[in-house]
Amino acid sequence: MAKVCTIDQALEVIKDEMTLMIGGFLAVGTPEMLIDTLLTKGTKNLTVIANDTATPEKGIGKLVVSRRLKKVVVSHIGTNPETGRQMNAGELHVDLVPQGTLAEQIRAGGAGLGGVLTPTGLGTIVAEGKEVIKVDGREYLLEKPLKADVALIKAHTADTAGNLLFHRTARNFNPLMAMAAKVVIVEAENIVEAGQIDPDHVMTPGIFVDWIVQG
Amino acid sequence: MDAKTVIAKRVAQEFQDGYVVNLGIGIPTLAADFLPEGVNVILQSENGFIGLAPLEGQAIPDLVNAGGRPVSIIPGGAVFDSAMSFAIVRGGHVDVTVLGALEVDQEGNLANWMVPGKMVPGMGGAMDLVSGARKVIVAMEHTGKDGAPKILKRCALPLTGQRVVNAIITNLCVFEVTAKGLFLKEMAPGVTIEDVKANTAAEFTVAADLSTMKLM
Repeated sequence: MAKVCTIDQALEVIKDEMTLMIGGFLAVGTPEMLIDTLLTKGTKNLTVIANDTATPEKGIGKLVVSRRLKKVVVSHIGTNPETGRQMNAGELHVDLVPQGTLAEQIRAGGAGLGGVLTPTGLGTIVAEGKEVIKVDGREYLLEKPLKADVALIKAHTADTAGNLLFHRTARNFNPLMAMAAKVVIVEAENIVEAGQIDPDHVMTPGIFVDWIVQG
Repeated sequence: MDAKTVIAKRVAQEFQDGYVVNLGIGIPTLAADFLPEGVNVILQSENGFIGLAPLEGQAIPDLVNAGGRPVSIIPGGAVFDSAMSFAIVRGGHVDVTVLGALEVDQEGNLANWMVPGKMVPGMGGAMDLVSGARKVIVAMEHTGKDGAPKILKRCALPLTGQRVVNAIITNLCVFEVTAKGLFLKEMAPGVTIEDVKANTAAEFTVAADLSTMKLM
């Protein structure tokens, strides 16, 4: 099945009220072109799972400023004052999650696990309402898996089979999110023929990727 | 020597050669500038790499620190995804993490991620760092900008971690945090026990081997 397509074909799947995972750490490794095009489509009431809400003029921050989101699940909002403003005004629901917990929840979502047990957050408000499980005398929080309808991924290089390479710290949440969504859309800076990425070097196997758009 | 330099120089003495270290943004990051002779550490960056180094020359696209600023990576460094990054953090593979605090208390509780109704930046990686690093050091100016104590009997703000802090290093002194409470181990040159008492809301014991910080 051909995976390389136009940006409009790829984004057709995204509808109001859906849950998206979007890669990036302070917009490094965020597919900006996919977000810009999504903004022109007017899609709204989205839930976004991501590390952070970047800054008002970058990445996920633009979706916040344009008021397309009803909820974000993130570890950090401090660099985008608009996220805090909308949260305090009751316009945007913000779930703050420890970064390592968020990574493992997403990984669990893609890996078929029922959740993960982590000591992170014990004795803090993060633990409120969560099950505490004792293993060999040590306490852990049960953190449930996270999944999404669509993941928006930024890759340095994709081959036509969907195998991905990431560059430097633009990797971050991208490989995890590519495993945890029903539909995975990749914005790749470079697209090469299948076989041109050494199988030993592949960071995300092509079977996880549905659509590839030239970045 | 200004307060920040005192703190950074003293924090750097906590590092041993070969340690894997995670430094928070601000004063903690300055500690890397004052490593003792012959001590090399490997800096871990929560956004996904080891071998963090200050930016040299042109910024490399896609290579930033946990604050989003351009940095370099040393020869022998390695890049990975966020699950690996926090496996390193949570799994006890970071020898020391150094963080700032809004409040820290005599039981080793730390609050540094939110002030309800005022400032809610989020915890980022801080909760994982304090739960998983082998040693947790709080590095901060001893009191707030208004002079109010930040070292308390009991944190009032929402916690980042419960009983997680091992040491507190400030411009005035070094406290070791133990199951028996705080021990005053060192004071900066010219600081008296009365100075520490006047600026600390927590109870503490003066250690038998109390000494003066050695700041080169």
